[in-house]
Amino acid sequence: MTSLDGGMGHYTDRLLHCENAVSASFAFHPVDGQPFVGQSIPRREDARLLIGRGQYINDLALPGMLHVAFVRSPVAHARIVNVDLSAAERAPGVHLAVCGADLLRALPPVQDQQLPLPAKWKTTVSHKIFDPRQPLLAIDRVRHVGEAVAVVIAESRYLAEDAAERVVLELESLPAQVDPEAALAADAVVIHQNASSNQLAEFAIAKGDVESAMASAPHRIKRRFYHHRYAAVPMECRGVAAQFDERTGSYTIWSSTQVVHWLRREASQTLGVPEARIHCIAPDVGGGFGGKGHVYPEDLLIPFLAHQVRRPVKWIEDRREHQQSACHSRDQIHDAEVGFDNEGRVLALRDAFIMDCGAWNPVGVGIPYNTASHLCGPYDVPNAAISARVVATNKVPNAPYRGAGRPEAALVTERLMDLIAHTLGLEPMEVRRRNMVSAQQMPYPVHLPYRDGVSIVYDGGDYPGALQKAVDAIGGLPAFRAEQAAARAQGRYLGLGLGSYTEGTGVGPFEGASVRIDPSGRLYVAAGSCPQGQGMETIFAQITADQWQVKPEQVMLTLADTGAISMGFGTVASRSTVNLSAAIHEASTRLRKKVFAIAANLLECADEDLELRNGTVAIKGVPGKSVSLADVARASRPGWDSKRPAGMDAGLEETYYWEPSTVTWSYASHAAVVEVDLALGRVKILRYAIAHDCGVVVNPMLAEGQIIGGAVQGIGGGLMEEMAYDSEGQLLSGSFMDYLLPTASDVPSITVIHQETPSTLNPLGVKGLGEGGAISPPVALANAVCDALSEYGIEINSTPIRPEAIWQAVKTARASHA
Amino acid sequence: MKQPITLQVNQNTYDIEAEPRRTLADALREDCGLTGTHLGCEHGVCGACTVIVDGDPMRACLMFAVQAEGRAIRTVEGLAAGATLHPLQQAFIDHHALQCGFCTAGFLMLATSLIERADPPDDQELLDALSSNLCRCTGYKNIVNAVRAASVALRQR
Repeated sequence: MTSLDGGMGHYTDRLLHCENAVSASFAFHPVDGQPFVGQSIPRREDARLLIGRGQYINDLALPGMLHVAFVRSPVAHARIVNVDLSAAERAPGVHLAVCGADLLRALPPVQDQQLPLPAKWKTTVSHKIFDPRQPLLAIDRVRHVGEAVAVVIAESRYLAEDAAERVVLELESLPAQVDPEAALAADAVVIHQNASSNQLAEFAIAKGDVESAMASAPHRIKRRFYHHRYAAVPMECRGVAAQFDERTGSYTIWSSTQVVHWLRREASQTLGVPEARIHCIAPDVGGGFGGKGHVYPEDLLIPFLAHQVRRPVKWIEDRREHQQSACHSRDQIHDAEVGFDNEGRVLALRDAFIMDCGAWNPVGVGIPYNTASHLCGPYDVPNAAISARVVATNKVPNAPYRGAGRPEAALVTERLMDLIAHTLGLEPMEVRRRNMVSAQQMPYPVHLPYRDGVSIVYDGGDYPGALQKAVDAIGGLPAFRAEQAAARAQGRYLGLGLGSYTEGTGVGPFEGASVRIDPSGRLYVAAGSCPQGQGMETIFAQITADQWQVKPEQVMLTLADTGAISMGFGTVASRSTVNLSAAIHEASTRLRKKVFAIAANLLECADEDLELRNGTVAIKGVPGKSVSLADVARASRPGWDSKRPAGMDAGLEETYYWEPSTVTWSYASHAAVVEVDLALGRVKILRYAIAHDCGVVVNPMLAEGQIIGGAVQGIGGGLMEEMAYDSEGQLLSGSFMDYLLPTASDVPSITVIHQETPSTLNPLGVKGLGEGGAISPPVALANAVCDALSEYGIEINSTPIRPEAIWQAVKTARASHA
Repeated sequence: MKQPITLQVNQNTYDIEAEPRRTLADALREDCGLTGTHLGCEHGVCGACTVIVDGDPMRACLMFAVQAEGRAIRTVEGLAAGATLHPLQQAFIDHHALQCGFCTAGFLMLATSLIERADPPDDQELLDALSSNLCRCTGYKNIVNAVRAASVALRQR
């Protein structure tokens, strides 16, 4: 059986071995002499994944490994009267069965807010946050269907599941809160006994004077918008394996996670073991999209269990568990009002919204604050007031998923833009153009604080330019209006929908890189970022290769491994390319000084006379006068024959932790042309275009893959996917039979146009792009459907845009017209 | 109760012992050590576990190992010829048709069964067939393009 080895060193070697294991002939050949950044270099990850030699968490097999099955709550809200494990304990092959009460005797309760808020934010933003922490297993109450109540460890997964069925739960039902507004009622059952109500957090931000600007505005529109609940749903569910080492008293935790260092920190607190004795590794991860972007109870429970049974333990989440215990996202209700003048210019924007956070709130106000701080979008809004409340319900907890609060903001702002246009009889594109921050206004201060506490400044770009390019790419506005009219004459309903956004990317606090020259002369980079399919091994090899004037093949990387670098943050929030490229740049810059000093010593010249040339350090303008990086690495070694200049420390390794001053702003406009079938309520996407700006593009092929992949998730979210609950808090979409993911037949061809405004906030000029594609599709499609059905005056202000909703709206409109 | 089962996978013989309830996917992964076949949903919807059984694509999560006895099974591990990738694998690289790679083996085996047929599928048939598997990363366009390109490449060999 294929196995990941316990030691990560061996694991890394295997990856390198895999790189050379098959001869893949690449259709693309890098252009010699050009920087590798900017070239569509094929992925080094592909070969191992294509031959079935990827190493995902479920491929890990350790000698003596035991397997886990969870018992999860079948009801939304109940008091736990008793958990009877006795029959399970007697079942064949069972080693241990544990419930929450058992854990309470063995472990301290989970502590600490998972995402600490920066002091700058706390002093700037008016807020109140109560953050109850989820126990590793439910103790006195279950608070959502799927919450883990007990766990069974057995010789195999089959036996663990058999035994889990024998666990007897005695539960006393409590009323389920499924509607966040009802959960705020004075007489509502409170889900967390230490809280005074089901409101777990609130905050407010404002700029200008909304009251008077709204009061004096010539026009006002007020609407309710609802962005429904859906989720990341990676093809690989979650999974955790752990092993306790008696010799050193240390734990190794493998998790399908986006945040290995964060996991190590939480595990240290929970297990009461220093971080130096915990090693966290994310092997190949089968998709994350934010859903694996924080630490889950199972991440901490599995290592605890491994210590208890003194055997390696593995838990692989199944799909049903994933749907009902991995975090969901979105789920916001907005009451928004816009005041505008006769030209359609926004004078004031006011929004009060509720986020249904489910039973727990693992990342605090991260999502709703993103919503608030992105609400003004690419527009020059002089006055704004935004307030949010986070409300507990008996559903799966809500945590960031690709976009993380921004799709919700875009739904509000972009629908309002179309409503302004409709009110004034203007083109939606024209209303956007009139309100957009222009290229001449850059850098543009928004006068609202970002979640790092820094006042937002849009650092550059051409927002109207991107809008124009997107509309041009679907054929241009006049041509579309003609096409629409011609289709209408034939009884067909076509619509054009726009969705523009801005996105703060590359958020801090930091990411670090250790750059080392290996004795072989190859470059070695270790970093805290955690890939889940983005192609990081490829792009960071490109970036490092440029720093050292070597080929990408000469660069080795270790990511997602706490053993490789002492501090890291992880891959969430469109931040890795931005922060890690800067860290690699800075570490390389420092290391180069040392390399040049040693090379100068070897070549008996001055440092300033040297340059990097084809993997060597060479004297400028003197062919043949050079030393290889391997020579320099050997000369740097400590010992009798070192060739270092006097007084220089041994070794060739530099670690740099990049702490960005604040975020850098990506943006895009999406344009969708749809056809609505009135008889069936179906929406067919005829054309879809995205004009976006993520600064300098490291690898255009991979960037396009990220944008299109994100957009298809947004299309799925807009039209098909929903984590739906009934009035008892039962999840109605607990399998792929009910939770509809887009298939190849559901997606349109998507045109992507790059607009490249280099960021001024980091050395490579890059901006994040992982999430962006998923932000606009739901609202672009809502606008397109409204445009198609404009003669009926139908407004789509909530998602998902289901056939039955459209069919019903048309029926109602026809009845009222009749 | 475990019983001896002989599986023929990628023209290799695996003598294993498994309970009747053991799925083919689990037998391949855990008893044969062929972990390239992945489980995405275990209820036959996502297609990540697709393997080829007697020439037809099958969900390995919906088939018991005992049912596969005596039948010719192909998995992703058998696709490349030694160190040379199958044209489909090469096309996936060229078209950036994978990101996280988790669904990839299922798509490769599904597509292999299609493009190796005597009568290759036309574009619509290809799209219909590929719609039976799920991918959450790529948005599918590159997968469809890669399969189309490989179908052509295969016929030109």
